Amino acid sequence: MRKSVFLGALAVAGLAAGGAAAGTLDDVKARGKVNCGTNTGLVGFAAPDANGEWQGFDVAVCRAVAAAVLGDHMAVEFVPTTGRTRFTALASGEIDILSRNTTWTYTRDVDLRFTFIGVNYYDGQGFMVPKSLGVTSAKELDGATVCIQTGTTTELNLADFFRTNNISYEPVPIETNAEGQQQYLAGACDAYTTDVSGLAATRATFEDPTAHVILPEIVSKEPLGPLVRHGDDEWADVVRWTLFALIAAEEYGVTSANIDELAATPTSNPEINRLLGTEGDLGPMLGLPVDWAVKAIKAGGNYGELFEKYIGQNTPIGLARGLNAQWTEGGLLYAPPFR
Amino acid sequence: MPGPSFVRREILPERAPPVFASGPVLWLRENLFSTWFNTTLTLLSLGFVWYVFGHTLPWIVQSSWTANSLTECRQQIAASHGPGTSGACWAVIRERYLQLIFGFYPSRLYWRPILAFVLTLAALCPILFTGLPRRLLWLSATAPFFVPWLLWGGSLWGLVAVALGFFLGYVAFRLVTPLVGELGGAIAAGLLPVLWWLFGAGPAAGLMQSILPLGIETVTSRAFGGFMLSITIGIVAITCSLPIGILLALGRQSDLFIVKTICVGFIEFIRGVPLITLLFVASLLLNYFLPPGTDFDIILRVVIMVTLFASAYMAEVIRGGLAALPKGQYEAADALGLDYWKAQRLIIMPQVLKISIPGIVSTFIGVFKDTTLVSIIGLLDPLGFSNAIRADTAWNGIVWELYGFIAAVFFMFCFAMSRYSMYLERKLATEHR
Repeated sequence: MRKSVFLGALAVAGLAAGGAAAGTLDDVKARGKVNCGTNTGLVGFAAPDANGEWQGFDVAVCRAVAAAVLGDHMAVEFVPTTGRTRFTALASGEIDILSRNTTWTYTRDVDLRFTFIGVNYYDGQGFMVPKSLGVTSAKELDGATVCIQTGTTTELNLADFFRTNNISYEPVPIETNAEGQQQYLAGACDAYTTDVSGLAATRATFEDPTAHVILPEIVSKEPLGPLVRHGDDEWADVVRWTLFALIAAEEYGVTSANIDELAATPTSNPEINRLLGTEGDLGPMLGLPVDWAVKAIKAGGNYGELFEKYIGQNTPIGLARGLNAQWTEGGLLYAPPFR
Repeated sequence: MPGPSFVRREILPERAPPVFASGPVLWLRENLFSTWFNTTLTLLSLGFVWYVFGHTLPWIVQSSWTANSLTECRQQIAASHGPGTSGACWAVIRERYLQLIFGFYPSRLYWRPILAFVLTLAALCPILFTGLPRRLLWLSATAPFFVPWLLWGGSLWGLVAVALGFFLGYVAFRLVTPLVGELGGAIAAGLLPVLWWLFGAGPAAGLMQSILPLGIETVTSRAFGGFMLSITIGIVAITCSLPIGILLALGRQSDLFIVKTICVGFIEFIRGVPLITLLFVASLLLNYFLPPGTDFDIILRVVIMVTLFASAYMAEVIRGGLAALPKGQYEAADALGLDYWKAQRLIIMPQVLKISIPGIVSTFIGVFKDTTLVSIIGLLDPLGFSNAIRADTAWNGIVWELYGFIAAVFFMFCFAMSRYSMYLERKLATEHR
């Protein structure tokens, strides 16, 4: 008797779990907030400002999703996650989206059962060395000491790179990026390796940034993107097409400055009209209002605007668009057609 | 032939002792330069102190308080102290000290955590200093209800409903004890409030709230951060771990097999697992086990885990005190005809706690510092915040200033605890030495 009651309770809990997992979009609408997993702090990508508001390139994705779904880009509950807690937080339903510079890999997509909804930043691992070392290529780093964060994919990439080039190195293990900066500046290692965006951000903080160079070799592919739980395709579609809307907006020249004008009346470009909801009913197909993309783009601007605001050439980080340019300009950003 | 012997007729005036045998010089000679070995040690130590302060003091003093970014700091320091000078960029503390203290707590509500902190201190005073009027203990009894309400906000009726649970327990104990004896009374007193909290308190508070809305703005646990988070976790863990630890220690000494087994199992299990593991269980594993949508507060989960952890260590500290007490004390208590609880309360515990003060306070300090481990599960305690602040492009690259500030605040709290324990030891030192 008691056992059956217990099993019954378990079954009810399981059903409740299944029911809740089936409709993240409905959950979010009912809750009135998007729970967004973000980094506990990564320069340019996620950081609280002096007023306690989260800012950054990864954060902007969540803000755009909140604007598209709820019409308010501030309706986001940010849950800072660490490298260890991020996947569990998403799998357990504590967060709806994980937008935390997470590399899209096979095992994470297939084995950990997540759905990567796209790539918002194409990164790659590189090396930074002091200019005085006189090194111009990573292949000249034979016998060098290299500062490397332990327990990350960068550690494995580093080993692969040096093995394929048949040169030797001596790793100096570090725990955090801050420690890496200190060690590198103190001369504990000849080279510092991490993602190129991180290297640029780190170099920008040095007293004399020009005394350090980032070597041209990129030794790994790090497509960073937001991800959601596997099996909730409606929600994945919402997040995926919100990201595509930001990318497409840049391609079509829709910015936060001219969007009100473009969205007021149908323009001569049908693609823009469909995106902004002045033609067709793409929004309702997703279960969102007609002007979902307008709200998403107005949240912080299109992809290019966000890039320039948080990590672009005019910020201290000063990243060039590179691979993250539109496909029309030789980059990899390519939003499927809105039709 | 000896002449007339000289006899002094008047007494010589007192003279001050030679300068080498009195005052500071004597102290120096006796304590610092008594032998050549001690002289060498003194000189070496002085050199070391000089070296350390010679390098850190200029850095601390030649600083910038007004800049808005690390680059600006460097420019200001170079402008006022010459290029190439390395100085502290305290401006980051000026801009972010409120965030380091309150986390994401809404700034217009800062008075609430401040009031809660003052109330907590006021409530602790009558417990810590026995010289104060005993009537103040009422404050200590009510503060545990008001402080969480101030911090998290919400309906006042929730607070009333929770307090009612304790009242119900008391009433149950009074009513049931005459009927079925003390054990039955204790069980009823434990069971009834739990049932009330689980099933009755929520609806009752909701009902009262709908009849007469009374409450303050709710602040979610995600808004907690900085020292506020550390102190909240620390104070709850510290105040709860002592009574739980005492009970566990007594349980471990007990002759009742089941009680003893449970206590030993609990202590050994919790002590055998690192705190980080418990925190991961609290933050991650529980999410899988609980049905989705269950709103089991993350801070509450962490507080429970830290308290359990501290209790297990506390139990062993108290057991050390119990073991140190001569057997005669137990026998004397028995000979006086005291029952178990009276003997514990009047004879055993006062002596045991006195013996264990250094160990207890060490555990307290350890627990308070361990609260920084929550940054590993993504809660933004001061250390977590130092990382988040560094992620701002304006402050990226700042390390020592943030850690220095955090260390200074932690030192203040831990030093205060340590001094209090020494005061208590002096006050309670009654044995003959």
